[in-house]
Amino acid sequence: MPKKLKVRLSLFILLGWVLLLLGDRVDELRVYQGASIAVYAIAIGSIVLLTGYSGQISLGHGALMAVGGYVAALASFEFGVPFWAGFILAALFSGMFGGLLGIAAARLSGPYLAGTTLALAVGLPSLANQFSILGGEQGLYFDIGMPPAILGESFTQYKWFYWIASLAALIVFFLLSNLLSSRYGRTWRGIGSNETAVALSGSNPQRLKIVAFTLSSALAGLSGALLVMTISTASPSAFPLALSLSVVTGAVIAGVSSLKGVILGSVILVAIPEVADAISHRVGDTLRISSTLPGLIISVLLVLAVLFTPNGPGENLRHLLHKGKSHK
Amino acid sequence: MSLIIRNLTVDHGAIRAINNLSFIVEKRRLTAVIGANGAGKSTLLRTLSGLNPATSGKASWGDHNLLKGKAEKHVRNGVSHVSEGKSVIPELTVEENLDLGALWRGSRKESEATKKYVLELFPRLGERLKQRADTLSGGERQMLAIGRSLMAKPDLLLLDEPSLGLAPLVVEQIFQTIRDVVNSSSVTVLLVEQNAMGALKIADIGVVLNLGKIAAIGPAADLIADPAIRAAYLGF
Amino acid sequence: MLKLLNTILIGLSTGAIYSLMSISLVLVWRSTRVVNFAQAGQAVFSTYIAYEVSLRTGNFWLALLCAVLSGALLGAFIDFFFMRMLFKHVTSGPIRAIAPVVATLGLLGIIRSAVGYIWGVEVKPLEPPVSTDGIRIGSEVLPFSTYDALILLIVFVVLMILTFIFQRTSLGLSLKASAFSPEISRLSGVRVDLTRTVGWAIAGACGAIAGVLATPTSLLSPNSLDILLVFGFVAAVIGGLESMLGAVVGGILLGLGVTFIANYVGSTLVFLSAFVFLIIVLLVKPAGIISGKRSRNA
Repeated sequence: MPKKLKVRLSLFILLGWVLLLLGDRVDELRVYQGASIAVYAIAIGSIVLLTGYSGQISLGHGALMAVGGYVAALASFEFGVPFWAGFILAALFSGMFGGLLGIAAARLSGPYLAGTTLALAVGLPSLANQFSILGGEQGLYFDIGMPPAILGESFTQYKWFYWIASLAALIVFFLLSNLLSSRYGRTWRGIGSNETAVALSGSNPQRLKIVAFTLSSALAGLSGALLVMTISTASPSAFPLALSLSVVTGAVIAGVSSLKGVILGSVILVAIPEVADAISHRVGDTLRISSTLPGLIISVLLVLAVLFTPNGPGENLRHLLHKGKSHK
Repeated sequence: MSLIIRNLTVDHGAIRAINNLSFIVEKRRLTAVIGANGAGKSTLLRTLSGLNPATSGKASWGDHNLLKGKAEKHVRNGVSHVSEGKSVIPELTVEENLDLGALWRGSRKESEATKKYVLELFPRLGERLKQRADTLSGGERQMLAIGRSLMAKPDLLLLDEPSLGLAPLVVEQIFQTIRDVVNSSSVTVLLVEQNAMGALKIADIGVVLNLGKIAAIGPAADLIADPAIRAAYLGF
Repeated sequence: MLKLLNTILIGLSTGAIYSLMSISLVLVWRSTRVVNFAQAGQAVFSTYIAYEVSLRTGNFWLALLCAVLSGALLGAFIDFFFMRMLFKHVTSGPIRAIAPVVATLGLLGIIRSAVGYIWGVEVKPLEPPVSTDGIRIGSEVLPFSTYDALILLIVFVVLMILTFIFQRTSLGLSLKASAFSPEISRLSGVRVDLTRTVGWAIAGACGAIAGVLATPTSLLSPNSLDILLVFGFVAAVIGGLESMLGAVVGGILLGLGVTFIANYVGSTLVFLSAFVFLIIVLLVKPAGIISGKRSRNA
C-alpha cells in the first residue's frame, strides 16, 4: 500500500472513531441530525463531483435520489433483500439510470442541462402515482429492522441510522478523495476549465463527462436510499423539487470546487430549519414566518455564496490568510 | 478638431500591444495606419472607440476624452468605429443594420436623409434593403458596415481593415469610396490596414506601426517613395 | 371526434400560456445568456399583485394591468441591481458555468419566501373575468370554456403587440441588435445595458400575463407557477431558445402534446412527458425544431 494511501486511510479511520465517540455523547435529536448530515454530505459530494470536477450542472439530483430510495425500498419490501444489499442496488440502479441520462447530458451545455434536469426533478416523482407497485402518494415502507442485539439494549434506532449513514459517508469520501487525487481525477478537473486541452491530451471529454454523471448519480442514489432509511418511507413527497435545489445550494455554499467543504454544506442544510425555528420563536412564532424563513435563509445564503465566495469559502479564507501574511 | 494621441500604452494581459504611442490625426484628412499582423493596429482603434481599456496615456477628439466612458458614448460624440471583420449583424436585414447606426439620433426624418446619402455611396445596398445581412457577399457586408457607421454622421471614422478577405477589385472599389467620402464631406478618417499599398495610395498621411511603436510617419506619398519602407512594408 | 376537438382546443389554450412563459425566458436568454429560473417567482409575485387588486376592486382587467406593470418593474429591478452585480463579481472558477443558473434559483427562493411572508402560504383563488364552465353545444358540454377562449384572445393580442414592437419600433431594433451583437450595437451608439434592462422588463411583463392567465383555473400559492416555468422552458428549448417565433410554436406544440397525453394516456404522466419531450427534442434536434438561420430573427 502506498504511503499516501495509508495516511489517508488512517485519517478516515480516525475521523470515524471521532464520529463514533460523538454519537455516544449527544442526545437523540443530535444523533438523528448526524445521520441527516451524513446523508446530505453524500448528496452534496455527488454534486461537487459533477460540477466541480466535470463542469456539468444538475438541478435534478433529487430525482436520482428518488430512484435510489425507491430501489432500496422495493428491494426490501418486495424481494426481502437485506438492507445493506438494498443500498448497493440503489447505487447501481441510479448509476445506470444516471449513465443513460449522462449520455444525453454530455451533449448539452449549461442552461439546457440545467433545464432538463429540472424537468426530471419535477416529472419523475409523479411516476409513483402511475404504477401501483410504487405505492402512490403514501409510498413504500422501508424498515431496516432493529439494531443488532450485540450492540446492547440501550442502542437506539436513531443511533443505528447514524452509524450506517456515517459509515457509508466515510467509505464514499475515502474512495472519492482517492479517485479525485488520482491521474484520472486530475484529467477530470480539466474538463471543467478547458475541454479542448483535455481532448488534446488524448482523453475523451464526452466519455469522462458521462462517467462523472454515472458516478455522481450512483452517489445520489445511495444518499437517497439512506434518506429513505432515516424517514422509513419512500414517497413522492420525500423527493420534492426543493430537495434537488437544496442539495445544489449546499454544494455551492460548500464551494463546488473541492470536497473539503462538503461537511460544512451539509451541516448548514441540516441546521437551517433549527436556526429558522429559533429566530421565529424570538420574533413571535407565526405560521407565516416559520414556514417561509428556512427558504429565505437558504436562498439568501445561496445568492451571497455565488456573489462573494464563488469558489467556496475555503478559497476566500486562503486569500485572506495570504493577504494577512504579506502585510506583515 | 483633431485626434490627439499622447503617450498611449495598452496592455493585453502580459502583452504590451501599444507602447507609448503619440501622434496627431488632422481634421478632414485620411490617415492610414499600416504595419504587420500584431503591430497593435486593431488594439489602437478598439482603445480609441472605448472597447478596450487603456493602461496609460491620453487620447482625445476635440474636447472629448476617448479613454473615458463606454463605446456608445463616443458614438454620440461623433466617433464611429467599424470593427474588424465586416461588422454587421447577420441576423438583421440590410435596412435594419443601417437604421441601427442612426437609432441614437432619434429623428427618423434626419436618418432617412442620411440613409439616402449612404445608398448613393453604395447603390448595391439599396437593391438588397430587405435581405438579411448574412445573404450578402463579403464586399457588400463591408459596404454595409461602413454605411452603418456613416448613418451616425460621424466626425471621426475609425476603419479597421476594410479590405480583409476581399477580392482585389472589391478592395479597390471600397478604398475609392472611402476616399470619396473624405473628399465630399467633413469627416476625418483613421484607417488601419494590412494592405499597406492600397491604404497609402488613398491616404493623406501614413503611420507605420511596429510592435506597438511608430516606425515611420509622414505624407503617404513620401512613405510610398521611401525605399526602406517599400522593402519592409510594401513588399517590393 | 368531440374528444379530439376538445383536446385540440384545450391544448391550444394551455399552449398559449406556455408560449408566453417561454417568450419571457427566450427574451432574457437572448440578451443575458441566462435561463432565468427566477421568472417563476417574478410571475408569482405579479399574480399575487393581481390577486390583491382583484380582491379589492373585483376588476380582473385592472388586476391584469397591475400585474403586468409590477412584472415589468420587478424584471427591470432584478437586471439592474442583481444581474449586473453578478457579472461583475463572478468571473472565474468552476462556478462560473453554473453561477447564473444558481443565482436565479437563489432569487426564486428569495421572491417565493417574500411572497409567502406577505400573503401567507395557504392557497388563494383568483376570480376569472368570465365563466370557466365548458361551452355548451346542443346537449354536449365541452371542457373548453369561455375563459379558455379569452386566454387565446389575450395571448394573441400580446403576441401582436410584441411583433409590432420588435418589427416596427426603434426599441425593438435595439433589443434585437443588442441581443445578437452587443459590441456592434455599442459601436452603433445603442445603450446596450439600458436596452437589456428594458428586455428584462418586457420578459417580466410576459411572465406576469402567463401567471395571471394560468391561475383562475387552478390556485395561487408561492410555488404554484413552478410547473409553468418548467413547461415554458421545455417549450423554449423545442423552439430553439433563441427565437420568439420558436417559443410560440414550441409552446403550442407542447400544450397540444401534454393535453393529448393527459386525455388519452393518463394525467399523472403529464409532468414526465414534458421531460421525455425535452430529451427527444434535444437528442434529435438540439438546435430546436425552428432551427436554421431564419429562426433567430423574430
